[in-house]
Amino acid sequence: MSEISRADVEHLATLAHIAMTDAELEKMTSELAVIVDSVKRVQEAAGADVPATSHPLPLTNVFRDDVVGHAFTAEEALANAPEAEDSRFKVPAILNEDDDAVTANTPQEGGAR
Amino acid sequence: MTTTTQAAMDAAELMSFEDAIETFEPVLGFEVHVELNTASKMFSSAPNAFGDEPNTNVNEVDLGMPGTLPVVNGKAVESAIRLGLALNCTIAQRCRFARKQYFYPDTPKNWQTSQYDEPIAFDGFVDVELDDGEIFRVEIERAHMEEDAGKLTHAGTSGRIHGADYSLVDYNRAGVPLIEIVSKPVTGAGSRAPEIARAYVSTIRDIVKGLGISDARMERGNVRCDANVSLMRPGAGVFGTRSETKNVNSIRAVEHAVTYEIRRHAGILSAGGSIVQETRHWKEDTRTTSSGRVKSDADDYRYFPEPDLVPIVTTPQWVESLRAELPEPPAKRRRRLREAWGYAEAEFRDVIAAGLLDQIEETVAHGASPAVARKWWMGEISRLANARDVEPAVLGVEPATIVELNDLIQAGTINDKIARQVLELHLDGAGAPAQIVQDRGLEVVSDDGALAAAVEKAMAENPDVVEKVKGGKFKAIGALIGPVMKETRGQADAGKVKEIVLQKLNMNSS
Amino acid sequence: MAPTPDSLIRLTAAQMSAKLRTGEITSVELTQAHLDRIGAVDETINAFIHVSGDEALQTAAAVDASRAAGGAEAEQLHPLAGVPIAIKDLIVTKGQPTTAGSKMLQGWMSPYDATVVEKIRTARMPILGKTNLDEFAMGSSTEHSAYGPTRNPWDITRIPGGSGGGSAAAVAAFEAPLALGTDTGGSIRQPGAVTGTVGTKPTYGGVSRYGAIAMASSLDQIGPVARTVEDAALLHDLIAGHDEKDSTSLAEAEYPEGRIPSFAEAATTKNVAGLRIGVIKQLQGSGYQAGVLSRFQEALDQLRDNGAEIVEVDCPSFDYALGAYYLIMPSEASSNLARYDGVRYGTRVLPESGPMTIERVMGATRAAGFGDEVKRRIILGTYALSAGYYDAYYGSAQKIRTLIQRDFEAAFERADVLVSPTSPTVAFPLEDKLDDPLAMYLNDVATIPANLAGIPGISVPGGLSEGLPVGIQFLAPAKEDARVYRAAAALERLLNDNDEPPLWAQVPALEEVTR
Ligand SMILES: [Mg+2]
Ligand SMILES: [Zn+2]
Repeated sequence: MSEISRADVEHLATLAHIAMTDAELEKMTSELAVIVDSVKRVQEAAGADVPATSHPLPLTNVFRDDVVGHAFTAEEALANAPEAEDSRFKVPAILNEDDDAVTANTPQEGGAR
Repeated sequence: MTTTTQAAMDAAELMSFEDAIETFEPVLGFEVHVELNTASKMFSSAPNAFGDEPNTNVNEVDLGMPGTLPVVNGKAVESAIRLGLALNCTIAQRCRFARKQYFYPDTPKNWQTSQYDEPIAFDGFVDVELDDGEIFRVEIERAHMEEDAGKLTHAGTSGRIHGADYSLVDYNRAGVPLIEIVSKPVTGAGSRAPEIARAYVSTIRDIVKGLGISDARMERGNVRCDANVSLMRPGAGVFGTRSETKNVNSIRAVEHAVTYEIRRHAGILSAGGSIVQETRHWKEDTRTTSSGRVKSDADDYRYFPEPDLVPIVTTPQWVESLRAELPEPPAKRRRRLREAWGYAEAEFRDVIAAGLLDQIEETVAHGASPAVARKWWMGEISRLANARDVEPAVLGVEPATIVELNDLIQAGTINDKIARQVLELHLDGAGAPAQIVQDRGLEVVSDDGALAAAVEKAMAENPDVVEKVKGGKFKAIGALIGPVMKETRGQADAGKVKEIVLQKLNMNSS
Repeated sequence: MAPTPDSLIRLTAAQMSAKLRTGEITSVELTQAHLDRIGAVDETINAFIHVSGDEALQTAAAVDASRAAGGAEAEQLHPLAGVPIAIKDLIVTKGQPTTAGSKMLQGWMSPYDATVVEKIRTARMPILGKTNLDEFAMGSSTEHSAYGPTRNPWDITRIPGGSGGGSAAAVAAFEAPLALGTDTGGSIRQPGAVTGTVGTKPTYGGVSRYGAIAMASSLDQIGPVARTVEDAALLHDLIAGHDEKDSTSLAEAEYPEGRIPSFAEAATTKNVAGLRIGVIKQLQGSGYQAGVLSRFQEALDQLRDNGAEIVEVDCPSFDYALGAYYLIMPSEASSNLARYDGVRYGTRVLPESGPMTIERVMGATRAAGFGDEVKRRIILGTYALSAGYYDAYYGSAQKIRTLIQRDFEAAFERADVLVSPTSPTVAFPLEDKLDDPLAMYLNDVATIPANLAGIPGISVPGGLSEGLPVGIQFLAPAKEDARVYRAAAALERLLNDNDEPPLWAQVPALEEVTR
């Protein structure tokens, strides 16, 4: 039997941001177990001395010149937005604070993670 | 952690800094993000520009549109190598980008293209100079390339993320090239930890500015520091749990944040509490940090090599050609300038502390003497900046203005006092100094007739002073200068007044 | 005799090109004939998600005008100018919706054209519309489409293969002479095999991926779908080449002679004398239908009889190819599909109850916007990349990739091209494997190794079994795409070297079904 538990799948669904019902979790757990069992034998095949290939062709150093190309107008950028306000994309409230966001009245700059 | 314990810990008394350092050994760590000043973004050709209308510096790549692919900005790679070299790092012969995956609305693809186990530069150091001239070495773990995220604004009644009704996203900053510099743990700082933190960030800022790879304006977020602090008991040998204070966006704030966190940790630890590994947010208004996000096992970024990009291979020739073009390191430059300018050690340190090295160098380059340049920047300009609550460097004084003012003084057209007045008028938008002097008739009254009349009047009104001068008390002349100035609306030259008085009394000053 | 609309659509693209050039037909006639055909049969076939008749006719009229103007304007027309084409709805198009077969992108209008679409537009080929596919190209039957399954023109109770079933069915049913597909694990070749059409997966990097909605970035390739090898080659010539917007696309200098050879020219080669053809031991035998193996053996016999040297090659690591593929593909896909979160574009679904936070809106959006197969692969990929499992799964799979490349290298020492059946079975009935993901995945067992290694492959019709098409696959070393065209063109000629019409012409008349 596979090592994948329902709790694992629940955790994976959380990581992947897919809301799942109990029934879906059950079904996904059993399907995943079968699939994982069938693919896990890749572990047997390659020894430690085999290098990983993450790219089919050995290209290196593909760079772009630092030249400005095209940019959208705000209208174009927001054309497909589910919701927008003030030339910005509008999203529901964020609970998990991990940003440098600013309040509407005190603009300041901040950073990436 | 429950809200109650959180509150209890937030309420724990801060320990005084002195006591904290007496009891604990602080260990610091820094992650500094440097925004590069390339024309275009890290992986797209959209403009890398600050302050424009929201969502106008983006194209399909920056918005993570379906089907889009990244292409690496070659200049950003060169900037990263140059910075790596300036940080005395080893440059990777081969490195790759990786996807760091997490869902967040400021991150258009829901992953950040960054570097993971293959940074472009690693194992370096920077020597930072402390206020007393002592050099402290901070080891660098790595410097890697990545892209910036967009900017969120939380809207709603509270104006805070908690309780906000909704948030707005501007992706202009998304994809701006970043280099993240990660230090190794800094130990042995002791009571100088806050000072070291400040000096470290200031040194990084000087380095990237010197390299010309970033505008390095902290107030715009070009250089942003995450400061990690943990405390351990002396001799414990094991680091304590650390807090990570995010986005401390000024040199002074770095010093304050580290001080605050040391005091906060010490307070909690001595009260028998334990430190939560979490991100903290720096609050400039209260000069405190507040709890951010608790680090948990759920953080699983699922890094893997970015399949849409190919590896970067650096040849020794490439690296060496970039090394050959490196500018003089800031520390070396400082030594050179100090010698060239002949400042006293204390004078020079004050200049560094005020962040005015560049300004003075530029002013000297424009023709002012080092003494004059220092006098202006450390004197009147700093005073004005202080009064206006900004850094002197960003007050808006151009070196050419100082040279012009100084020339006017040298020519005797204005005196020091008028010059200060002219500078203030200039900053308020009244035009170039010479123009201001002309427009407002601020020339020193040097035609002997008018000045002599004023002097004569003052002498007549102050016979006692005249007697003292006659008696050899030349210093008494000072008492006449006031009335003369009043008469001439301040446009008299003090030296000239003295000269005329003595002349009239048939005396000689020497 | 003037060509009738029905005879127009039965021409090959090369013939259409020739007749357009001589003025025997106009592009408007040709385009209209295809639109009429779509109108007549697509309710049954469901090859198209979106038909863009007006735009296609406008392009056609403009081409006709240029042709009528004569002189330089007519001379500068691309050979395929005026020949209509269908585009897999995984490839973004400005001015026409792009859905990727998903509810997630329903109504989404791309603000930009894929590089291949730019090339199609520059060549002035009328774009008939966007073809159906398994959602985000995840599937081997085109049943996993939010817009209903596509049916196989040879038997409308059967699947057309996948994920590019729409493009293959459209071409097989004469709804389009040419189409673009994408191939991540066989999505051009396997539909080609089961619909009796020709499909090529170019060398990885041979065609720009810019604008192809990514499933698995290190495996995805855009390629041509056609009824003849020459037609596929003509389209391949148009779309091939370096693109500065795709860092993984190959520069001309990367090719053996410093330039990309003409594939159309390669496709005119009719000779296999002296060609060394390697039969891959691992891609035959158990798991392959008897009828498929018979057609395969006959093809080998024909090739041998005409002077080809047939050798057997051993590729032992191919036994692990499917496993490696079903780790790498979902890993990359789980990442590539993270962007569909209801923030910037596409569907946004609000949770039915509870707090309305962005986290929960993303969760509800992705729950409602993605179908089961997509969710399965995202969860599988998330698992394979997650902390503690990366080395065992993703890492091991990447090592298998190295072993497969080594197997191919060794095989290509002994053979100029390799050959296998494209798909282990003929088209299976709709819904047959829908509840058995593993059985579905087995369809790609013969096509996947080429994607893992980045090499080119083609599927060419090899005859019928039980009245359904069987595909023969040729593989060549990276950047040697010309070789697969040479081999496939030769086999195509050998199999059609009789009085019967070519296989593709034998597809059942569909009018009877619809009317
Ligand atoms: Mg970091
Ligand atoms: Zn970072």
